[in-house]
Amino acid sequence: MSIDIETARKVAKLARIAVPEEDLPALAGEFNAILGFIEQLGEVDVEGVEPMVSVTPMRLKRREDVVTDGDRQAEILANAPDAREGFFAVPKVVE
Amino acid sequence: MTKELSSLTIVEARDRLRAGEVTAAELTEACLAEIEAADALGAFVHKTPEIARAQAAEADARLKNGEAPSLCGIPLGIKDLFCTKGVASQAGSAILDGFRPEYESTVTQQLFEAGAVMLGKLNMDEFAMGSSNETSTYGNAVNPWRRGNDDTALTPGGSSGGSAAAVAADLCLGATGTDTGGSIRQPAAFTGITGLKPTYGRVSRWGIIAFASSLDQAGPMGKSVRDCAILLEAMAGHDAKDSTSADLPVPDFEAMLTGDIRGKTIGIPREYRMEGMPDEIEALWAEGRAMLEGAGARIVDISLPHTKYALPAYYVIAPAEASSNLARYDGVRYGHRARLAQGDGIVEMYEKTRAEGFGAEVKRRVMVGTYVLSAGFYDAYYNRARKVRALIKRDFEEAFAGGVEAILTPATPSAAFGLGEMAEADPVAMYLNDVFTVTVNLAGLPGIAVPAGLDRQGLPLGLQLIGRPWEEGDLLNTAYALEAAAGFVSKPTNWW
Repeated sequence: MSIDIETARKVAKLARIAVPEEDLPALAGEFNAILGFIEQLGEVDVEGVEPMVSVTPMRLKRREDVVTDGDRQAEILANAPDAREGFFAVPKVVE
Repeated sequence: MTKELSSLTIVEARDRLRAGEVTAAELTEACLAEIEAADALGAFVHKTPEIARAQAAEADARLKNGEAPSLCGIPLGIKDLFCTKGVASQAGSAILDGFRPEYESTVTQQLFEAGAVMLGKLNMDEFAMGSSNETSTYGNAVNPWRRGNDDTALTPGGSSGGSAAAVAADLCLGATGTDTGGSIRQPAAFTGITGLKPTYGRVSRWGIIAFASSLDQAGPMGKSVRDCAILLEAMAGHDAKDSTSADLPVPDFEAMLTGDIRGKTIGIPREYRMEGMPDEIEALWAEGRAMLEGAGARIVDISLPHTKYALPAYYVIAPAEASSNLARYDGVRYGHRARLAQGDGIVEMYEKTRAEGFGAEVKRRVMVGTYVLSAGFYDAYYNRARKVRALIKRDFEEAFAGGVEAILTPATPSAAFGLGEMAEADPVAMYLNDVFTVTVNLAGLPGIAVPAGLDRQGLPLGLQLIGRPWEEGDLLNTAYALEAAAGFVSKPTNWW
């Protein structure tokens, strides 16, 4: 599997990272080096093997579905680059 | 004088504190003075002397009352990956510039409750992605060790490079690290200190900035196996805020250090004998085998057939999880937001913020992760990697089922290399640093790096012991026997 410039551009878009046009060829080259390394996985016989989903075979802890925390608006907004009137502020989303 | 105090082990300091021969305030001042004189190491990136002094005063009061847990009054460094309330916590990334958490991570909370003193935050690779501490927004951390009389700056390893440099240079008595593919054990080996990655789930991940959630685990970095045992006990335990943390009792790890490993079965995995492995690493490994044998252990050759596929599997799974975890850095809730141009909408805000805030390695991994999870490739890459991961874990399970109690391997494929030396290499060359450590994260096992010797150039080399799940106590005891046999006491010359 080889990654071309078009694919590199698409991946950058999906990852929401602006990549200048002139950097795309080098990026595609790096992807190809990494994916070339990953290709080795194709050699392994994984017939009948279930993908690992949990590191240790244990049931995750459950708790009552109740409110345990809250009323922390000021703390939650304290680190926001732009907060107004108790909300996170972002550029206009809907025209 | 200050070095005399800052170079104490936790055990020595604890005993002197309890005996009233030194105060927490004196210990803390000594470390702060050493830190001030060590900026050339780039280890401490946010210093917190006010917090340290206040905590030391509190510790002295507790000591005076005779209420002195093991870490009471012990000055530590905290990796920048841990959220610490009101103190910059930015995972070595520019995207978290200015972020000051409103909460404390469970690990640091527990350390503070045990009386520990925080000296400051420690350098690391950006979002823990790296093996040389060269991807940090703060600049490089530098290894206190040098090759003979050569003053080439060497890497302390990564990602916990600042933690390793700080402990090795005696700027603090111990430090926290985190390990996703070897980020505690490789830097520990590069700097001649001891570092333990616990079983996945032993230590709460709450409040630790996430890289790859199924692999990340915090652990201690210290000057001895016993110090690591003491630190681990304080860090470990079930936490309701992390659903993957195990609800198991935390044993008294220190009490389990008898040094008696007679009759214990130690496996030597043949697949870890890599092509092109330096003779010195091979020789050290053989010496380690002989040391454990000399201590009465039974050595057996074992096979972990899927070892070769651990790194490629890791470089699918870790980027995939990272691409998901790092989606939260969008310029909305915390950290950096790019300056926007006229007419820019929310998508431009995300794209510019992430382009400016993330460094090259982080961007690369986020995009690789995005690719392997994208429609059409999910099965070919991500699911296949998870199946290979299951096989790697099964390899270990079969070895343990066959009676093996611990596994001995080299910790790293080389000694510390020069900063900048890998700049021209492709990313995969750097990834090979984790070849001996990454299997342990994939299988969720505990692993410890113990300094075991020096190479021809006078640089430290480490051995790794891998244990059974939840058997950190037994693993620490085997490491304790290895430490005693290796007798590693060298320290770097103070040039900084």
